[in-house]
Amino acid sequence: MANKITLNLITCRTIQQGVGMEAGKTSKKYFDACTIIHMHPEDFKKLGAWKNTNVKVTSSVGSVIVKAVETREDLVPGLAHIPMGPWANRIVPAYTFSTGEPCFKGFPVDVEVATNERIMGAIEVVQDACGLIRK
Amino acid sequence: MPKDVTDVICPFCGTLCDDVVVTVSDDNKTILSVKNACAIGAEKFNHQRLPGRVKRPRMRQPDGTYKEVSYDEAIDWTAKMLVKSRKTLMYGWASTSCQAMSIGHEIAEKVGGIVDNCATVCHGSSLIAIEDVGVPSCTLGEVKNRADRVIFWGCNPAHAHPRHMSRYSIFPRGFFTVKGHKGRKIYCVDCRYTDTAKCADTFIQVQQGFDYELLDAFRTAARGEALPDTVGGVPKEKIYEVVEELKGGRFGIIFFGMGLTHTMGRNHNIDEAICLTRDMNDFTKFVIMAMRGHWNVTGSGQVLGWQYGFPYAVDLSRRDQARHQTGETTSVDLLNRNEVEACFYIATDPGAHFPINAMISSSKKPTVTIDPHINCTTEISDVHIPVAMVGVEVGGCAYRMDNVPIETRKVVEPPEGMLTDEEVLTKINNRVDELLAKGGA
Ligand code: SF4
Repeated sequence: MANKITLNLITCRTIQQGVGMEAGKTSKKYFDACTIIHMHPEDFKKLGAWKNTNVKVTSSVGSVIVKAVETREDLVPGLAHIPMGPWANRIVPAYTFSTGEPCFKGFPVDVEVATNERIMGAIEVVQDACGLIRK
Repeated sequence: MPKDVTDVICPFCGTLCDDVVVTVSDDNKTILSVKNACAIGAEKFNHQRLPGRVKRPRMRQPDGTYKEVSYDEAIDWTAKMLVKSRKTLMYGWASTSCQAMSIGHEIAEKVGGIVDNCATVCHGSSLIAIEDVGVPSCTLGEVKNRADRVIFWGCNPAHAHPRHMSRYSIFPRGFFTVKGHKGRKIYCVDCRYTDTAKCADTFIQVQQGFDYELLDAFRTAARGEALPDTVGGVPKEKIYEVVEELKGGRFGIIFFGMGLTHTMGRNHNIDEAICLTRDMNDFTKFVIMAMRGHWNVTGSGQVLGWQYGFPYAVDLSRRDQARHQTGETTSVDLLNRNEVEACFYIATDPGAHFPINAMISSSKKPTVTIDPHINCTTEISDVHIPVAMVGVEVGGCAYRMDNVPIETRKVVEPPEGMLTDEEVLTKINNRVDELLAKGGA
């Protein structure tokens, strides 16, 4: 039985994200680089999920579907990382504490398995939130 | 015959590598290969020849699709939007030249816009701290030639500035650093064991969000005062040991990044890092530098700085006076509060990099985006004006992360009939003049 776990999330640049961005926001490289959440092996166990399964990540402002992967750059258990981009920003709290800077690093999220959910495209994920997709 | 263009400036990150070699086709139209650049830089050049590039402005239709329009039509629409709106957010500027920025600022003064750049979600915190306590800094050349203690705090150049370490901070041999890597001690402070940490001699793993405490502990240790057993997850013995090693150097530098500016504490983290730098100068030479990410974001800060006195988030809505207040005139706050009447984005992609709630607010306003490529912002805009890529298809001045201005080079011709940022902004400026002379849109 899959569970829901709470993690501390940070969003950062990765070189794959940079390359993907320059290859084009609609490119597969960008999609592959940014639609993932890096998690520690122990958190995979707690979640009861295999590597490379789709998960739903929910913060105080919304949720997004991404793929859970094991990180190359070591995290500590309880800390997770989604590369910066429109997917990560679906859940980044916009409040800035009067500094102008939103909370890109260090906010709590719930992670649960969502094997059958589809990951949206880069433009779709923004247009969807803005109500610009016509059904 | 294909020819090599040498000493090309890379237009991606704040390192502004100036040794790139690009091979272009005989007709000056296509980039064939790129040498010396890192993976991201090379991709930036290669994007120039990708098929499917938009070559003419597009306007959104009532059914949500986009229709090609002429440059004149798009410029007229933009000028009318700017003149009509009492408060327009004019955000971006980081991938364009300083020359284009100054034209943009002229428009902002006329229409009462708010000019903001990517620092607002990046090193804005650093700029606040620098305004508060100053900054003892240097150029990257000095780092290469002198630095023997290098600290990467909350930054990951292995991913974000891939050639920074080989050109300036870890590996190169310089005048006083003849042994290169061997003569330097490298430290990395991060909450993750990053690829940069793997290049460091000492990795200090700080608990996420405890950088302020750890910086404070470094200052305490430097003064020889007592510390608790651990600070931010780091044992006190390690802190004392590292501080002693730092004192033993001849020239130390702290490079810091989003790990400090984005976490809890924001500007106070940087404040503390700068104060640590100042304290270390009681023992040896020490400097600090922000790892500015997005190419010419430093230049935007410079141009705004010398024109209005503030490096970002400059509110010109009163036209004859510039105001700046973080939390008030910063883009994300303006959008969160639904305070602007229109959005004008240039040379950046807030759609991908702003929190979604800010972009939902933005998508409800008339919006124009000027960018060479389709991105997450163009697809929620009313008008998208494609332009030539600065640093690839047109030259212009850009500032490196250490505030050194560099004149970038044109490598290939832009697609036929494609205007540059400067040309588009000049045309908008002229059209705004015409409209204002007539008494409005
Ligand atoms: S390090 Fe930065 S400036 Fe240098 S080639 Fe890579 S992306 Fe370009």
